[in-house]
Amino acid sequence: MTKRNVLAFLSFLAAAVALSGCADPRSHTHAVYMLVDTSGTYAREANKAQVIVNYLLGTLQPGDSLAIARVESRSFSEKDIIAKARFDTRPSQANMQKRAFKDKMDGYFRGVRGTAYTDITGGLIQGAEFLNETGAGLKTILIFSDMQEELDKATVRNFAINLKNIRVIAVNVTKLKTDNIDPRRYLGRIEAWQKRVEAAGASEWKVINDIEHLDGIFKS
Amino acid sequence: MVDSHIWMIWPNNAVLSVITLCLIGIAFLYAGRRPMHDLIRSLGHSVSGPLRLGARSLVAAANGIRERNRTVLLAHGRAEVGQRIEREFERIGAIVTRDLQGYPAMQRKLLDEITRIEEDYKKCGEVPPPPPEWVEAVTAVAKVKATGNEIVQKILEEINASISKMHDKTIGEYRRAYESRHKILEGFLPFWRSVDKTMTQVDKKLSGIQETAGSVDAHMTKYEEINKKTDKAEHQLATSGFTQFAIATIVMCVAMGGAFVNFKLIALPMSEMVGAGDYITQSLRTSEVAALVIILVEASMGLFLMESLRITHLFPPIANLNEKMRHRILYISLTLLVILAGIEAALALMRDMLIADKQALLQTLASQQQTAVSEGWVGRIPTAGQMLLGFILPFALAFVAIPLESFIHSSRTVLGVAVVALLHALAFVLRVLGNLARHSSRVLITLYDVVVMLPLLIEHLVRGGRVGVPVKSRSMSA
Repeated sequence: MTKRNVLAFLSFLAAAVALSGCADPRSHTHAVYMLVDTSGTYAREANKAQVIVNYLLGTLQPGDSLAIARVESRSFSEKDIIAKARFDTRPSQANMQKRAFKDKMDGYFRGVRGTAYTDITGGLIQGAEFLNETGAGLKTILIFSDMQEELDKATVRNFAINLKNIRVIAVNVTKLKTDNIDPRRYLGRIEAWQKRVEAAGASEWKVINDIEHLDGIFKS
Repeated sequence: MVDSHIWMIWPNNAVLSVITLCLIGIAFLYAGRRPMHDLIRSLGHSVSGPLRLGARSLVAAANGIRERNRTVLLAHGRAEVGQRIEREFERIGAIVTRDLQGYPAMQRKLLDEITRIEEDYKKCGEVPPPPPEWVEAVTAVAKVKATGNEIVQKILEEINASISKMHDKTIGEYRRAYESRHKILEGFLPFWRSVDKTMTQVDKKLSGIQETAGSVDAHMTKYEEINKKTDKAEHQLATSGFTQFAIATIVMCVAMGGAFVNFKLIALPMSEMVGAGDYITQSLRTSEVAALVIILVEASMGLFLMESLRITHLFPPIANLNEKMRHRILYISLTLLVILAGIEAALALMRDMLIADKQALLQTLASQQQTAVSEGWVGRIPTAGQMLLGFILPFALAFVAIPLESFIHSSRTVLGVAVVALLHALAFVLRVLGNLARHSSRVLITLYDVVVMLPLLIEHLVRGGRVGVPVKSRSMSA
């Protein structure tokens, strides 16, 4: 091998190394954790939750993650995760996973039952744990609830939680009967959650009540 | 607080103070007039000098580059015209081999036909033998006077009858003889036609050779002009370079459009091979880069193919290879190109399938009832079209090597001319700035003298009165 060839080979190697160094090390995947409130009268809104799940399945890309969990009396448990999937990076495999996911969710929504209490905070902590484990670049928690937290006496949730770098979006926050009497209750409830979420380090807080415009979920 | 009237020499008279200050100032300016003139002049020179020097060096650099451009242009033109002449000679050689290798046979055929025609012509010239000597006897008998003698009369009548009979016989023989000659002449026609056709062919072929020879002459004239380094040759080559640059740019743009379509065809299915989750930059997926790399590899294979076919001459090592190695490279690049084209066709099919699958999934998610519409063969047309496009585009891209070579060669000329023009423009700007600086210093000197006009006038009057003759003002001499 002549000196010239050696130089050419070294130049090629340098170019290859430089190119590999150009690769973006950040994760561009999106992970979504959706909390579905099935407590009390809100269980009747389950069909809307199904629409949102379908929207998420249609919008998420190969490589993204999705988990759906129910909000129960105590929601800080893996058992509350109804379905979860990290979609394959191959589009064809991802489509198959999405179909299976949809079938599983359809089965769940057919037999959804209401619960006595609503532990949104426990669900948020569980969701944050799941999202941080995915290592996704963009992490979102969707809360499909009226945001009225009701805990039993034994459940402790009045402590600071960590939602750093996580977007929190409340979807379909319905008004309660008492809210209609005094709208300040509704507004106060939303504001209180916003303060709590922002205090927990969330990167964004958003409320989307119109499920016809769910594209806001993926817009910062 | 600073008193704003501190400058006033006459505290209560601003006008008088201003006038006094002006007079003092003018006096000082007059005193320092010469050094100030020198200073302004030196400043002007110090600014204009380097600018003019810079302009001069830029012009020199531009001339150097122009000379180099000229050398390169002429050398390139010489090589190009030389190659063309070589090709023309090859063509002439091929024409001569093709057309004139059958010339001896044609000549033999022509000679045979001419000989035959000649023989037939000779046959035509064979007249029937002259009438027997009885013509003289008949002449003698005709001189016999009719005396009314019965015997003589009878003899003459018999002679007349015999002669008439002989005459008819002779006339009949003549007619037969002419008839046979006419038949021979009629038999000439195909030979004449054949000769005519052969001669036309010869004429046509010779004309073709003559035309090609004319083209070689034209190229040779051009070559000689290039060798003589005439301005005309340089101008022609530069114009040709610009034209080639424009054409190559247009074709390259079209090819880039084709490459873009190609990219769109394979970018989505490539995510099935390398995954859709990896990113090179914020918005550039690895799968897209992989698709781009495939297209570039196809273009490279096309380049090698054209190079080994000796259509382009971008890589001297390939051009210098022996025939065996060149053929190997030709077959390897062609095989790889065919394989890549096959892969692209498969990817195009996969793209169609992925889109259909995604569409079906979205329909399921939207809870819409899937209508089982049988599209038949019509529905297969886009798929087939995509596959065909995926297979053809790599081969079409292979031909980019030709305009690419033109682009690279002509861009040397175009860039050279552009650099020369840029340097000249810069030199012009520097020269203008230099002149502006020099003239500005002159204007400043004149303005200075206008300010100290009063003492100058006094000086002029004093000098005039002392010498008795008018003296030119110093400003004028300056």
